[in-house]
Amino acid sequence: MFETLDQIFILLKQGVLGLLPQGIRPLASCLLTVSAVFSVFGLLFAVTTLVERKALGRIQNRLGPNRVGPFGLLQPVADGIKMLTKENIVPRAADRLVHFLAPVVLIVPVALAFSVLPYGRNMVPVELDAGLLFFFAVGASTELAVFMAGWSSRNKYALLGAMRGIAQMISYEIPLVLSTLAVVMVAGTLSLPQIVSAQGGYLFGWIPQWHVLTPWGLAGFVLFLIAATAESNRAPFDLPEAESELVAGYFTEYSGFKFALFFLGEYWGLFAVSGLAVTFFLGGWHAPLPMLQWVPSWLWFFGKLLFLLSLFIWVRGTVPRLRTDQLMNYAWKFLLPLTLVNLVAAAAWHYSRSWDFPAALLWRWLACAAIIAIPYVLLGAALGGGRQKTQRIYRYAD
Amino acid sequence: MLGTGIIKGLAETARNFIGSYTDPERLVTVEYPDQKLPAKENARNFPFLVFDGDDWEKGLRCVACQICEKECPPQCIYIEKSKDKKPDHLGKPQFYPAIFNIDVSVCMSCQICVEVCPFEAIKMDTAFELSTGDRFDALLLRKDHLAKSNDYYNSIHPTEAGEIDARRAEERAKAEAKAKADAEAKAKAAAAAVTEKPPDPTAATAQKTNPDAPSPEPPKAN
Amino acid sequence: MELVFVIIAALTLVSAIAAMSLRNLVHCALWLVLALGGLACLYIQLSAEFVGFAQILVYIGAVAILIVFAILLTRGAGVGDKSPTVSGSWITSVCVGLLVLGSLVFSIVHSSAITRPLPQSPDLTVKKIGDALMTRYVLPLEVIALLLTAALIGAVIIAMRDEESK
Repeated sequence: MFETLDQIFILLKQGVLGLLPQGIRPLASCLLTVSAVFSVFGLLFAVTTLVERKALGRIQNRLGPNRVGPFGLLQPVADGIKMLTKENIVPRAADRLVHFLAPVVLIVPVALAFSVLPYGRNMVPVELDAGLLFFFAVGASTELAVFMAGWSSRNKYALLGAMRGIAQMISYEIPLVLSTLAVVMVAGTLSLPQIVSAQGGYLFGWIPQWHVLTPWGLAGFVLFLIAATAESNRAPFDLPEAESELVAGYFTEYSGFKFALFFLGEYWGLFAVSGLAVTFFLGGWHAPLPMLQWVPSWLWFFGKLLFLLSLFIWVRGTVPRLRTDQLMNYAWKFLLPLTLVNLVAAAAWHYSRSWDFPAALLWRWLACAAIIAIPYVLLGAALGGGRQKTQRIYRYAD
Repeated sequence: MLGTGIIKGLAETARNFIGSYTDPERLVTVEYPDQKLPAKENARNFPFLVFDGDDWEKGLRCVACQICEKECPPQCIYIEKSKDKKPDHLGKPQFYPAIFNIDVSVCMSCQICVEVCPFEAIKMDTAFELSTGDRFDALLLRKDHLAKSNDYYNSIHPTEAGEIDARRAEERAKAEAKAKADAEAKAKAAAAAVTEKPPDPTAATAQKTNPDAPSPEPPKAN
Repeated sequence: MELVFVIIAALTLVSAIAAMSLRNLVHCALWLVLALGGLACLYIQLSAEFVGFAQILVYIGAVAILIVFAILLTRGAGVGDKSPTVSGSWITSVCVGLLVLGSLVFSIVHSSAITRPLPQSPDLTVKKIGDALMTRYVLPLEVIALLLTAALIGAVIIAMRDEESK
């Protein structure tokens, strides 16, 4: 019974395809998968906007929106209606075609990125051998949309925001890719479903073999999340779109539905990269304990995804914004060396897997953790040094 | 070490989040207008006229001395004295304001009118929900809107009102005592005037009233 | 020739022509991006998926952004100049182009490459590419890595020197 529940979407799709004539089955299969993915992530987008506002409100000692519907549950509907009915203003000096195409160029690659994530057992929309490469390729294409949006508005602030945005996204692509490279190295494949399968078994019968539970995996996970926050232009890296600094940055001149599309593209990018983090580090659709394997795999995937999203929201409510130069220094001088060290640690873990004296696992863990922790501490001290952490003295406010 | 700061920050935020559900002091939001914060005693927004008792016209404390009108910095008070007088709480006849208007849009809540009033007649109200849709006429509050009872004054500023009521009660008691003493003195004077009587003029009156009676013979002179 | 190939090739050609001949420099850059995307689609259609995705990642994700930055930071893509897009000596260039095309077609048709049967397209997985890179083609890989490192250091030095001279 639980296997049926686990594979229920596959069975439903096969059932529907069986009803259709043979000729249109490939097309129908594509359409069914695409519509399922879009509807799930569209719903998740709506829910996330509401949950984020309420959670941020609670963190900031206030209530979130709670007027529309019980507990504000219909707020996304109200937001959608607002976006749809707003007047579509295009500045007179703007480049109309590029201005129109920028949201499209943002959404299409991000939607493509959803097609390679494994959502459950046997539930990958497109099974590519070079899945990870495809994911990063389309992720890189979203930067073009940022540029198009900023430039076509013929607006100083939009252009500045676009420049900063692209510089930030390019800088943080490298730690993003390098932190996943450690996983690729150990798993030996670029294909996402195979990476999930590599995290399958349970050690000693109950510890999952997720990559996050290894030292290089933990460091890689943290580095990946930091780089992902920067890639999606989320706080604390949201200077390109900071409301108080750049008047919404590169999408200043967008109103109504196009703004909604930018918003959607940003959140979908967040979902895609969170899905990748779940796949690479948190074991994909595997259950954490063997006794919990009766819960459907897709439920585990989305549960872990929601956990990561709440982590992002939590960080957004906590940390102040970074300046652009602090941001760039952080990427190039701190994250990049650490990802390279992480690669070395992953290599050490991989080559020491043949150790089998007693408590070998513990020694391997400590050795790899030391390989990562010592450069981390040294680098942190070297880069953050020079600034004494003394009590601030205010000259006039006494 | 690098990274401890952000962990501490995350812990604080988590405490805020969980505390907003469990600890009522953490979530400081008051959902106005469904919930209102209680007004503080020293809050002030706009002046009102105090009246004692139930009838606002008879009990109005204001005697139209026009001191507040003169002292008001933006000159938002307009007073016209009445022609007749009415008794105040001590019984003395006083003028009263025939017209008393304050312009809401001009008043700056400086409380100078309250400070200079010698009759405790004008006080500051704490009500702030005064917005209307009419930009002109509804912004001029007239006497009937401005008059509010002493009980209301006690409810919004209990300490001040209590002191004022105590003082006025004392004054009234003193005035009554004085009036009683005066009345007693007057009664005593009247009684004293009654006991000291003049000589009896009854013979003169009888002579005058009997014409047939022989007039007393004048003494014989030879 | 398959329909898919015709469509992708036509798209690529049109984008390349537009990238050359438009006035607005940023529009040219965007059409160039489309042309590069067309090339990536051609690679994917030939079952060389790795190369196709790498083409998107490297060319569209990095080179196109570089071109765009260069346009923005130097000329400022404002009003296009009023010079004609087609040069005066276009007859000569068309003749030269036809000559080159004719000689290429002649040499290809009369070579032995046409008559040989097509080789079996290899079952190429990423693993095989990785193995080949690490065993048979390791020297070119290291040489390219060295070249890229030199370029990176050169770029950093040029950028640094600009700041020092200010």
